[in-house]
Amino acid sequence: MVCLFFTLMVGLFVLYSASGQSVARIYGQGINIVVALSFMWIAANIAPNQLERVALPLYIFGVLLLIAVALFGSISHGAQRWLNLGFTKIQPSEIMRIAMPMMLAWYFSKQEGKPKMADFAIGGLLLLVPVALIMKQPDLGTSLLITASGFYVLFLAGLSWRLLLGSAVLFAASTPILWSMLHDYQRKRIEILLDPTQDPLGAGYHTIQAIIAIGSGGTAGKGWLNGTQAQLDFLPERTTDFIFAVFGEEFGLLGNLLLLLLFTLIILRGLVIASQAQSTFARLLAGSITLTFFTYAFVNMGMVSGILPVVGVPLPLISYGGTSMVTLCLSLGILMSIHTHKKLVAT
Amino acid sequence: MRAELKNFQHEQYYFKLRLGFTGFVVIALFGVLALRFSYLQIKQYKHYQTLAENNRISLVPIVPNRGLILDKNGVVLAHNFFVYTLEITPSKVDDLEKTISEVSKLVEVSSLDRKRFNKLREESRNFESVPIRTHLNEVEAASFAVNHYRFPGVEIKSRLFRHYPLGKLGAHMVGYIGRINDKDLESLEKNGDLSNYKGSDHVGKSGIEQFYERQLHGTTGFQQVEIDADGRAVRVLSSTPPVPGSNLVLTIDSKIQEIAETAFGEHRGALVAINPKTGEVLSYVSQPTFDPNMFVDGIDVENWRLLNDSLDKPLINRPIRGIYPPGSTFKPFVAMAGLENDKRVPPFSISDPGYFTLANSVHKYRDWKPTGHGMVDMQRAITISCDTFFYGLALELGIDKLTDFVRHFNFGRKTGIDIQGENAGLLPTPEWKMRRFKQPWYQGETVIVGIGQGYTLVTPLQLAQATATLANNGVAMKPHLVAKIQKAISNETQTLPLVVQDTIPLKPENIDIVKRGMIAVTQPGGTAAAVGANAPYAIAAKTGTAQVIGIKQNAKYNASSIDERHRDHALFIAYAPAEDPTIAIAVIVENGNHGGTTAGPIARKVMDYYLLGKIPVPEQAKDDKKVPTKPPNNALGAAATQPVPEEELHD
Repeated sequence: MVCLFFTLMVGLFVLYSASGQSVARIYGQGINIVVALSFMWIAANIAPNQLERVALPLYIFGVLLLIAVALFGSISHGAQRWLNLGFTKIQPSEIMRIAMPMMLAWYFSKQEGKPKMADFAIGGLLLLVPVALIMKQPDLGTSLLITASGFYVLFLAGLSWRLLLGSAVLFAASTPILWSMLHDYQRKRIEILLDPTQDPLGAGYHTIQAIIAIGSGGTAGKGWLNGTQAQLDFLPERTTDFIFAVFGEEFGLLGNLLLLLLFTLIILRGLVIASQAQSTFARLLAGSITLTFFTYAFVNMGMVSGILPVVGVPLPLISYGGTSMVTLCLSLGILMSIHTHKKLVAT
Repeated sequence: MRAELKNFQHEQYYFKLRLGFTGFVVIALFGVLALRFSYLQIKQYKHYQTLAENNRISLVPIVPNRGLILDKNGVVLAHNFFVYTLEITPSKVDDLEKTISEVSKLVEVSSLDRKRFNKLREESRNFESVPIRTHLNEVEAASFAVNHYRFPGVEIKSRLFRHYPLGKLGAHMVGYIGRINDKDLESLEKNGDLSNYKGSDHVGKSGIEQFYERQLHGTTGFQQVEIDADGRAVRVLSSTPPVPGSNLVLTIDSKIQEIAETAFGEHRGALVAINPKTGEVLSYVSQPTFDPNMFVDGIDVENWRLLNDSLDKPLINRPIRGIYPPGSTFKPFVAMAGLENDKRVPPFSISDPGYFTLANSVHKYRDWKPTGHGMVDMQRAITISCDTFFYGLALELGIDKLTDFVRHFNFGRKTGIDIQGENAGLLPTPEWKMRRFKQPWYQGETVIVGIGQGYTLVTPLQLAQATATLANNGVAMKPHLVAKIQKAISNETQTLPLVVQDTIPLKPENIDIVKRGMIAVTQPGGTAAAVGANAPYAIAAKTGTAQVIGIKQNAKYNASSIDERHRDHALFIAYAPAEDPTIAIAVIVENGNHGGTTAGPIARKVMDYYLLGKIPVPEQAKDDKKVPTKPPNNALGAAATQPVPEEELHD
């Protein structure tokens, strides 16, 4: 928990620098954090077996909302993600981030003994329906993360290695065939996604500038508020998805390793909680939450440092933004609840 | 019970095993990140530090050379030349206002330049250099170069500018490029071409420059350059060379173009000449014309007003945008429609009293010759342009059959030429009239369509294309201006394929009748006998006159008493040599009165050069004397169709 607060504090400092020393931004993010922490506190006080009971209704509710979005959602920036309720707008895919691992964990905890092949097939189906709906919005980042969170449940529930290996091999084998079916411009897009230097003036600009920022940070960094890349506007999206580049530039390798350490501690703690949890539901849910957290961190840092393609994934606990902060803290709250209730459930 | 417990423990064990595995994966992947960070931040630190320090390392787009536009003989119609520009990189200048005012002491900077600079600055990235002045002369360039050290972030660059060496010649066809504006940006973005235009500030705005923008522009290259504090490039880190745009070779011969444009003299109008066998456009004239060079760097307000407000409308691209009633030039196509529908097949003939009436009506549709032409068959009707004959034919055919047939000659639809903005003209039908005016179609309107009047509207290009199609015995070749595209680096030449657009199944004997009628037009007794005089090759032609204002039922048209801009338009179509045509022409002279006298001679000059290589002798003095001696309403030389005012048609 100490790690968590420390990370949040680090985030505020970086944001202050990244936003061009905007107090308003810090204030806004402060409110986000307070709201998120209260959600975390509420979640931490709900017993896992109560969560287990709402898993199915929440999932169904989420899917219904996603269908509603597809039918009557409001369109902004070419994507249909929001549902206008008149007084406020909600983004149902955020609900799915929590509902998905809960649903799958609930499903597998209901199966007696070792899960059978059919169970995994049903699990896969439960996963695919909402993911397809979100993909259609289109929101690639979110759908990937939800797929990951669901996949972790399947994996931890004992999805056979053979099936995993088999599908990996199948995917690898089908790639050249799929590739030959694509149009030239589609191939070009994928190539640029994989190698941004091909289009340094367009899509690759973000990544190239981010790598320069990180690389120029060196061992100790340029110091807080002294990152030239960040302060001179070369870095795009520097308060949100690319905030890690600001961090890397100003705090250097030492800062990066410290951040990695913090994340590692949070993740390992989560895994330990998962291993100590007594019910199958709590176990699977805790594992999935922890690994999803890891996915956020890894994908974000990977894309900013140029080893993964650019997809819209924020850096957990640090990037500016209310919704993702709330969802994340909510899931961490569930993790805490699983920890505090482990003995209660065991009896 | 025991088994269950064991099972439970078993399950726990597997779960922990998998959890352990994921923990291992987590640490391994974070390890990868840590390695990546140390690679970037320790091993490559120096590299990225320099990059960041000089970020300032700029990605400099290298604009490709725009392709040339050449005529069929290689005469340059559009090329590029270097111009010195003074450019400022805003991110390297502390006090922009002060710098600009200091610079303007050395090099004149007008308020217009500053406005343009501010606009360009908003549109570009902070580290890109933006021109504050263009077209510096040698003295200005030199005087700045001496003082360069005082202005970090300001530099002299040489940029390529577009130039049209022949100026006004063929301006509507070649078109021009202009500065990229918001609308251009939008369409570039929509086509996904935007990143290829980083650094480009011009785009094709009209004519071939616009239609072939993709081929002409080329692919933008880029350099990653390290720049020192004074703004000089120190080292090129990596470089991808640009691919220059392709050169375009036109079907046009600039000499023919020149002869055609000169032949118009002071007249307004248009001329299109097409090779009927290939669809190659041989000449494309829109008069008056303008100098496209004025548009390249943004035209100033004063000149723009002059061009845009001129009564002569020099900016209108007449061959594709000008729409005119075809008048009697429409008759050969109406004749084809009749013959192909088995109407008026010789020896059928009528006795022309000089007018035509509908049953149950007293309204007289007058012939241009009040006394009538006597006995007239199809071939003679074309030769002498007998209105009475065609009134009756159109009525008997009916408007639907008539328009359905002539549409194949490309009337009422776009020809698909390689210039944007083509007007489709108009072939009126009862459905169209109902849509447009909410009124039923009257028989009288069918009658006058027979002589190319009424609502019928054509562009000069359509008229030329229809003539070419007729000359080519019903095979319509797609008209085009670009013959070949020469790729820049490989030098590989791509000849654009000839496209057969339509093949109209015409009976040879019918073609023969119409063609013989048209050949006789330029022979003694025809309406354009003067045009054919002394020609060593046979010319098939048709004259036409299109009314500009309506004439009252009993009033007589008198050209000399009418304001010049209200005089009839003169039309002329022709192809030659008649037995094996290689050129088909349509000429329209606005307010030129009679096709045979004003439009015909222009066509003749073009054909003489194209077929014989004969360059017209500038006999201005002689011509001037000749024209006044010839009365404008010469019954022998002209086919003056006496049009009927619209309001009196609905009987």
